[in-house]
Amino acid sequence: MTESKIESSVRAGYFGSFGGQYVPETLMPALQQLESAYREAMADKSFLADVDNLLRDYVGRPTPLTFAERLSETLDTTIYLKREDLCHTGAHKINAVLAQALLAKRMGKKRVIAETGAGQHGVATATACALLDLDCVVYMGEVDMARQALNVFKMKVLGAEVIGVSAGSQTLKDATSEAIRDWVTTVRDTYYIIGSAIGPHPYPTMVRDLQGVIGREARSQIIDIHGKLPSVVMACVGGGSNAIGMFHAFLDDQVRLIGVEAAGLGLHSANAATLSLGRPGVLHGTLSYLLQDANGQVSPVHSVSAGLDYPGVGPEHAWLKVSEKAEYYSATDAEALEAFQELSRLEGIIPALEPSHALGALKRLRSENEIVSSDVVVVNVSGRGDKDMATVAEELAGLSS
Amino acid sequence: MENHLDLMFQELEKDKKTAMIPFLPAGWPELDSTTKIVDAAVRGGANAVELGWAFSDPLGDGPVNQVAYNRAIRNGSSGSSILQNVSEIRNKHSRLPIIVMGYANPLLSYGVEKWASDAKAAGVDGLICVDLPPQEAIEISGVLKQSNIHPIFLLAPTSTDERIELIASYGTGMIYCVSVVGITGARRALSSELPEFIKRVKEKTNVPLAVGFGISDADHVVSVGNIAEAAVVGSAFVEAISNAQDNDYEAAAEKFITALVNGG
Repeated sequence: MTESKIESSVRAGYFGSFGGQYVPETLMPALQQLESAYREAMADKSFLADVDNLLRDYVGRPTPLTFAERLSETLDTTIYLKREDLCHTGAHKINAVLAQALLAKRMGKKRVIAETGAGQHGVATATACALLDLDCVVYMGEVDMARQALNVFKMKVLGAEVIGVSAGSQTLKDATSEAIRDWVTTVRDTYYIIGSAIGPHPYPTMVRDLQGVIGREARSQIIDIHGKLPSVVMACVGGGSNAIGMFHAFLDDQVRLIGVEAAGLGLHSANAATLSLGRPGVLHGTLSYLLQDANGQVSPVHSVSAGLDYPGVGPEHAWLKVSEKAEYYSATDAEALEAFQELSRLEGIIPALEPSHALGALKRLRSENEIVSSDVVVVNVSGRGDKDMATVAEELAGLSS
Repeated sequence: MENHLDLMFQELEKDKKTAMIPFLPAGWPELDSTTKIVDAAVRGGANAVELGWAFSDPLGDGPVNQVAYNRAIRNGSSGSSILQNVSEIRNKHSRLPIIVMGYANPLLSYGVEKWASDAKAAGVDGLICVDLPPQEAIEISGVLKQSNIHPIFLLAPTSTDERIELIASYGTGMIYCVSVVGITGARRALSSELPEFIKRVKEKTNVPLAVGFGISDADHVVSVGNIAEAAVVGSAFVEAISNAQDNDYEAAAEKFITALVNGG
């Protein structure tokens, strides 16, 4: 890359060669305004105190790190679970949402929009908007609205307007496109809370910073409980917000960081394994890995988990992959469903289908001796499985019939 | 070698006329429609043409163009078929400025240097990438300029003076001024903030200005002509073709452009 003077002054938000701001010009001033407002807020002690207080008193942080004794015995290794499933609203999404809703208020924006796949980000955003008295509109693909009906109802109860998106695959990708179109039109009075570490700068950095609380807590908890750092840290990757939040505290440590994508029906069939099978491309404002065809059209993707059903991935993960600071594997729908049941029965913890992929990959990697008996593994349980009960019931009925 | 877009603006300036630039998704409604519709638009009075390079996720476009792009992709329209369209058009219209308008990913997938070289051979005069603001297009702009293709950037009513200066320093050929804060799609009235916005841009640059997004009738074209050098008509043109009687797309295209150019 050539580094002209103008380039270094205006080209922002790169992780290696990934990231950037690939957006219609209409949004550029808003992104620059957001970046400076975010920087100011993060340097303001009273803002940070407000965020910390909400995380403690409202979300219930710190979340526990639980030793999974029976799962450890079964897989013959040592496994700890970071319990983001115990966050208020049931997943890690609220960590990044509350601070951004506070930022929206600070910037004088009265309307908040969001996209959602599984509905956890939509519920978290609707929750923060109820708490902080902001108008809330959530875009959701119609396929996802059907498979996550409970979360749709929750958002409505919380006072949000849920707009179904019937374009394209009617999933997270299309909901994100529609939210961006809304923002292009309403940018002057609307704050867009993106649900993952994706999108144009400053979103990937901002979401990573705000989700970084997961890894900071986990790192200090494992040292307290186990007396040393883990050898492996694992998290599922759709857009990659829970994984980047978990990984960041461990980047300078001698710890294997393993991200797990959705292999859907298999890597040779319908899947959402962006980092495994994609190549660099631009979607939703960022240059990262992308599942696309030979003409650069975005490919249809599949995962049993609505939260991982996305053809792109956060740009920092693309950078961690090519710089070999993290490893990326995938787990199929079937592996995730098996791990979902196993954790439920062995530990009394019903995980969401998204982190079930991380657990599924853990089991396979252990069986292949990629992870060994002496390893100490921290797995991020990014959310709880309540929202997935109907999907799982349907899938298991399909498997047994 | 002169660029056809520059020549067009020089000639129209002498005649004190506004350029009429229709936007047409390439490979739509049928894969082989493009050249015939462009012929019809030129008969109707189009001075240049913008060919849309279909993308699966066009986040700057409203429903009309989204539907058209999806159909173009299903028809098999691609980066290379568009350049074939350009070659055909160039054979018939040696002086017509031909601009390609699309999104970053299909371009990056094609390969920027390969595209610039193929597009030059086909006869492309300019490229607009909706999601490629200038700071992400510094190298790409250089590659395009070497092939005598103008890198055309967009400005919006939300653009700050700083952004206007940045785009004025990188963009050549013309600057595409988005008339509204929003996505593409026909609108009943032009934005009331348009004259002030265009005035702010004119203070910073002498590059010809094209106004687009929402332009849908002859009155809009006259209003744009009072403040800018070109009017781009997109979704309204696409809709007119969609609604063509007996699928006579050419007749619909010619009639629509004639009405816009001649004041209804």
